[in-house]
Amino acid sequence: MEFFLTLIQVLDSTIRLATPLLLACLAGLYSERAGIFDIGLEGKMLMAAFFSAAVAAVTGSVWLGLLAGIASSLALSGLHGLASITFRGNQLISGVAINFLAAGLTVLVAQSWFQQGGRTPSLFGGGRFVPIEFPFAETVSGVPVIGPIYSELLSGHSVLVYVAFLMVPATWWILFRTRFGLRLRAVGENPAAVDTAGVSVVGLRYAAVAICGVLCGIAGAYLATALQAGFVKDMTAGRGFIALAALIFAKWRPWHAMGACLLFGLLQAVALRFQNIDLGGVVIPVQVMDALPYILTVVILAGFVGKAVPPRAGGEPYVKER
Amino acid sequence: MTLMKSLMGAAAAVALTSGAALADPALIFDLGGKFDKSFNEAAHNGASRWAEETGGTYHEIELQSEAQREQALRRFAESGANPIITMGFAMADPLAAVAGDYPDTKFVAVDVNWLDIPNIRQVAFAEHEGSYLVGMMAAMASESGTVGFIGGMDIPLIRHFGCGYAQGAKAVNPDINIVANMTGTTPTAWNDPVKGSELTKAQISQGADVIYAAAGGTGVGVLQTAADEGILSIGVDSNQNHLHPGKVLTSMLKRVDVAVYDAMSAGEDVETGVFTMGLAEEGVGVALDDNNAALISDEMKAAVDKARQEIIDGNVSVVSYYENDSCPALQF
Repeated sequence: MEFFLTLIQVLDSTIRLATPLLLACLAGLYSERAGIFDIGLEGKMLMAAFFSAAVAAVTGSVWLGLLAGIASSLALSGLHGLASITFRGNQLISGVAINFLAAGLTVLVAQSWFQQGGRTPSLFGGGRFVPIEFPFAETVSGVPVIGPIYSELLSGHSVLVYVAFLMVPATWWILFRTRFGLRLRAVGENPAAVDTAGVSVVGLRYAAVAICGVLCGIAGAYLATALQAGFVKDMTAGRGFIALAALIFAKWRPWHAMGACLLFGLLQAVALRFQNIDLGGVVIPVQVMDALPYILTVVILAGFVGKAVPPRAGGEPYVKER
Repeated sequence: MTLMKSLMGAAAAVALTSGAALADPALIFDLGGKFDKSFNEAAHNGASRWAEETGGTYHEIELQSEAQREQALRRFAESGANPIITMGFAMADPLAAVAGDYPDTKFVAVDVNWLDIPNIRQVAFAEHEGSYLVGMMAAMASESGTVGFIGGMDIPLIRHFGCGYAQGAKAVNPDINIVANMTGTTPTAWNDPVKGSELTKAQISQGADVIYAAAGGTGVGVLQTAADEGILSIGVDSNQNHLHPGKVLTSMLKRVDVAVYDAMSAGEDVETGVFTMGLAEEGVGVALDDNNAALISDEMKAAVDKARQEIIDGNVSVVSYYENDSCPALQF
């Protein structure tokens, strides 16, 4: 029973840690499926984290904060689109620039706005997302096995967690069951064919980049206003890059992306819960757990577990009538 | 860090040094930045106090990347600033490279005590002594018999904090259970409040009801989650009691501000050598103010005062982690 409760707590932590990864990973999925590589996920999340916390702190409304976060992330997406779609620049360089811009701009604006050393004031009351308790969560918590699973694991997360996990089937349906999704995937594989069919390549790619911006915005707002109560400089701490690794690990597929993010979240949660893991005499140091997501990604990329083939037109700007 | 910030930092350095009058002191902040609510901010406070009281001026730069360390030192030295005060253990190597080239300039290195160079004043703090006192308070405030420690980046200095804390807790209650975690092994561990929160939740589920955070910006998440979950936390470096009034048991003060103030006051004549600021020099201590008055019992206060005196008198010795890179009270 002791072990079971620990397991539930670790899984609960897994869900909280996997949520920002999942949102950012799905964001990258839309963008990369449309042929726009995006390593600026980190920067967009950071920007959204700051603006959501700042607006929530000033207005006292977490929903206005969420909107501001999404808007700021969309603005960076627009920049990325402008550089890489309209002006056909290098997508990787544009992404790196966005990461730099966000890291510098958030602290600069925060300092001149709040004078708290690049932070926002702590959020309280309506400025934060509160956990949603499922009906009867208290009553059934005493029931063995099912009780803790329902009341601890499933209940008690903020609304954005449920949004993130609902986005997985939604993304699958949009990409694989709608006309828009078919075109979006086609534009990442063979944009010339889409163009020949009379559909705007530029329009589709902008749409994909915009969806990416919205999802990154939610991810950033989740970090700053649901998990934390305010913005701290560089608070995304590399989660955008882990999300990219998860995307490759999942081979650009939505359900697999959820699996990869949960796996990476689980690794983090285990590393946080147990400092060193003793496996019958062999002690696994915590650093190994921290490094595992990257090691797994390298293994996948090296082709040991099937081949990870990115969308064929990924990274290439589309030039009409060459 | 970022290109933009580097450029701005470099521009600031140029602006600062170009108009430098002779022999103003200079202050180099570490990567955490001037307003980190902790270590560097304490230095800023000390320098501001000196400037207000004496009407003097000083030069400062916030480092933005590792590459700027040596560059900033040389620029200030070339411009004639004296003394040049540096923050953090990471300045030791650049100082070792630069200090010999400017024998007439005095350097002050905070958190460094192992260099053998004549024109450096090295100021180290006995963090284990201050941590010992907050460890005692944690053990006395704990009802569950389990207390927690969350460190930032896993470096000897942070283990040094944790080791003193564990010894203090064990002095009060030899059977106490101490849960210790480090946030990470890279510098991002100083600014990852999300991980700090998760670590706090994990330690709470293991029974901890007082948690000491020595983790820079990550500590913000620890203090926040502790306050949300209704347990007590302990801040570090600066007085962090005000962050969550009534929910932060105390803060382990490291009087970096005093070290900076003293160095600036002494000016060019600052005494060089290795100095350790411990309880006796009031270099470390515990924070008591209106925000935590209700949490501190008379018994707790008496015990801490007694232990402080015993440590100063040498009747109680707190083992330093540096002595043999291990801790008698805690396994990392």
